[in-house]
Amino acid sequence: MSEFLKERQRQVYRKGEQPYQIDCEKQSASGSVSQRACVFCGSRVVLYPIADALHIVHGPIGCASYTWDIRGSLSSGPELHRLSFSTDLRELDVVMGGEKKLYAALCELIDAHRPNAAFVYATCIVGIIGDDVDAVCKRVSQEKGIPVLPVHSEGFKGTKKNGYRAACDALSQLVGTGSIADIRPLSVNILGDFNIAGEIWIIREYFKRMGIQVVACLTGDGRVDEIRKAHGAALNLVQCSGSMMYLAKSMEEKWGTPFRRVSYFGIEDMAQALYDATRFFNNPEVLERTRQLVKEELDVVLPQLTEYRRILKGKKAAIYVGGAFKAFSLVRALRSLGMQTALVGSQTGSREDYEQLRELCDEGTIIVDDSNPLELASFLEEKDVDLFIGGVKERPIAFKLGVGFCDHNHERKEALAGFEGMLNFAREVHTSVMSPVWSLTPRKLSKQTKECAA
Amino acid sequence: MSTIQTISQRSQLPNFVATRNACKLCAPLGASIAVRGIEGALPFLHGSQGCATYMRRYIISHFREPMDIAASSFNEASTIFGGGECLYQGIRNVTSQYHPALIGIATTCLSETIGEDVAQLLGRYEADPENAGGPVLVHMSTPSYSGTHMDGFHAAVLAVVEKLGVQQEAIKGRINLFPGMVSASDLRYLKEIVADFALTAVLLPDYSDTLDGQALDTYNKIPAGGTPIAAIRSTAGAMASVEFGRTILHRKTAASFLKAEFGIPAHRMGTPIGVRETDAFFHLLEIVSGRATPEKHQSERGRLIDAYVDGHKYVYGKRAVVYGEEDMVVGLAAFLAEIGVIPVLCASGGESGLLAQSVAAVTPELEGKIVVREGTDFMSIAEEAQQLAPDFLIGSSKGQSVARQLGVPLIRVGFPIHDRIGGQRILHLGYRGAQQLFDHVVNTILECKQQDSTIGYSYM
Repeated sequence: MSEFLKERQRQVYRKGEQPYQIDCEKQSASGSVSQRACVFCGSRVVLYPIADALHIVHGPIGCASYTWDIRGSLSSGPELHRLSFSTDLRELDVVMGGEKKLYAALCELIDAHRPNAAFVYATCIVGIIGDDVDAVCKRVSQEKGIPVLPVHSEGFKGTKKNGYRAACDALSQLVGTGSIADIRPLSVNILGDFNIAGEIWIIREYFKRMGIQVVACLTGDGRVDEIRKAHGAALNLVQCSGSMMYLAKSMEEKWGTPFRRVSYFGIEDMAQALYDATRFFNNPEVLERTRQLVKEELDVVLPQLTEYRRILKGKKAAIYVGGAFKAFSLVRALRSLGMQTALVGSQTGSREDYEQLRELCDEGTIIVDDSNPLELASFLEEKDVDLFIGGVKERPIAFKLGVGFCDHNHERKEALAGFEGMLNFAREVHTSVMSPVWSLTPRKLSKQTKECAA
Repeated sequence: MSTIQTISQRSQLPNFVATRNACKLCAPLGASIAVRGIEGALPFLHGSQGCATYMRRYIISHFREPMDIAASSFNEASTIFGGGECLYQGIRNVTSQYHPALIGIATTCLSETIGEDVAQLLGRYEADPENAGGPVLVHMSTPSYSGTHMDGFHAAVLAVVEKLGVQQEAIKGRINLFPGMVSASDLRYLKEIVADFALTAVLLPDYSDTLDGQALDTYNKIPAGGTPIAAIRSTAGAMASVEFGRTILHRKTAASFLKAEFGIPAHRMGTPIGVRETDAFFHLLEIVSGRATPEKHQSERGRLIDAYVDGHKYVYGKRAVVYGEEDMVVGLAAFLAEIGVIPVLCASGGESGLLAQSVAAVTPELEGKIVVREGTDFMSIAEEAQQLAPDFLIGSSKGQSVARQLGVPLIRVGFPIHDRIGGQRILHLGYRGAQQLFDHVVNTILECKQQDSTIGYSYM
């Protein structure tokens, strides 16, 4: 602990051991080796799943290379989002400016792929070399007759959260431009689900069974024309509040669309989400169908979850995720499996998020903001957890120390949302924790030796 | 060579301004991998936080090992007023957290574009008595708008040798070995070969342990292994430098620097993939060491030739699309040509200007049968491959979508391999690597034959 950076000490809180205080929403300390990404990453993850749009990264090649087809966001139709386009700026472009190249690239790609819209991501150096991305987008939009939207996602201009905002700004230019003639009063938009491993299809099916129309999915399995008419929906359901709250709030302001924050992870939160939507519509038939749906789903999953709970009871977990909102659901989902959360942290949680986590967690739990590999490794060792839940960058920390790991990030291939998703989650936790390989790892062996000596 | 088609003859296909599914990564990534191969070293990017995070993610997905890369984490103020302060704070924080022996500070497009004078900033930092006894700071200029990850990799190796290499007495039996970006298994095998010739080598970089390490009881801040700094300091005492890569001949490299500065003979040769390129490497080791190739390696070579004979019929005349880093492509082309496979398309995102002639030099029997593309991308490769009707693709995981589109198998080699496990353990180099590649190629073709047949042959 003593080796942790001084300027980070107020970003770690141990429940019960000290009065509550936690710093957050700060810029990452230089040299801290933060697990955070950048503004561009925030924009890219939010807009990426829009499958019939052209996504072009304006800048040197790296940003496009590192984000080519890395997410498990599925599409039921076009898959233009899985291609990686870049202006691949070179030294000469840096000197002469990249506007001409961007214009030419946009025109040729729109001609070749006929997208319904184009998103142009401005990366770090675009503003510095003086490119007027807005002007190029406007010109191409006029010439090609589709929306061409600049996304101001220069990496250094804040954190991932600023990237979410830039993405939402681009989306709000689309919302309100389509016809809402065919939209029924019982209708919602799904915000903040990215259709990882087909999750949005599970959720859509629930609403269909409840008799509620889903107008637009933002942005999982997203389509430009759906987003254009999103203002016609009666209600916005916002998951992953970090990324989509900006859009929800701006739609409330501009179109009067109310929103509810929901989560589809874990059976409690999933049921809660459906009932929250139902309560909004205040329709007895919908309520009855919702009750029926929840009952049917629980009848299937509960017996199996009980079996997993029997095996997993008493195991300890650590959680480190991008947005804190997901962490709430994970703590509850783990608890429903009989597991305790010993460490929970996020890259971009807010004061309110951490306050809520504090209330939710047990005594002794470590809560951490914008952590780094050395801290996380030391917490894993200290708390001697059986499972770590995070993303690709956290995985090797767990594995190196002989700790089970579940990917709960964008790259996962298992649907974890919905009632059936909870079953997948339980199955994955079980697979991760119960594998016989741990008994061969040095950490487990030395623990056994210590226990024998004692 | 004159009949090798070059880029200017590609008029039959649309020529896009945009890069579509890039066949390259950016320079700081290569620098980060190279720095990871130095003992006690930590890579550090002077730029936005996202660069480090994206590259960590990418490298982790291949090696499945911790890969910490620090960043100075530019904000708007540092972009406008210069990033000196966040560079200094970053170095201090990395030093206090990791206690590194060396920090490799690579620039990014952002710090290069704002014209940051990193060398001067570091000089000022090192001159401050408060910072005495701190880690060695090595600056490497790696703007992402210039070249590929391979340029970053070579720049990092050069920068470290330039910074640390000092005049010294000749060390008997010592060579420098600059292998380029090869797998962890390749590095281990190279060390074994050199030792078998009773030579000692400064292998730089050496991430065979740091990026392919063991399960641990307690977490290592910086994983054990890597080229010792003292060894890098002694590079100027070697009898010779050996450097792999035919497409880096025009540039200043660690080997050319040591030759110019200290008169160390530089043997710059092709990446030893396949028998012929490996023979050249072993021949050189025989000369440098004054010993014959040890029996162990002679037998490996003998078994390899025997295997080539056993399998020649299955592969002769087959057509392959080869892509990846330029020197990996050249090496693979050399190997494929000698077993009778035509590398109908040799493609890379790199732009050394030497790819076509290098491929031609290692495929003398295939004059006029190979299309070479420099500075290309995967959508262009897919379009061209469609016309060339290959039997298989060979290269990194990034060709998966092309292989799927064409309905042909992909033989995974090189970097990155992030849809299979064990990329760091694939052996490419030397007789042993050729043996594994050959078995893999033949078995892939046999499997296709078996699967495509309606008969269901149970032995082939």
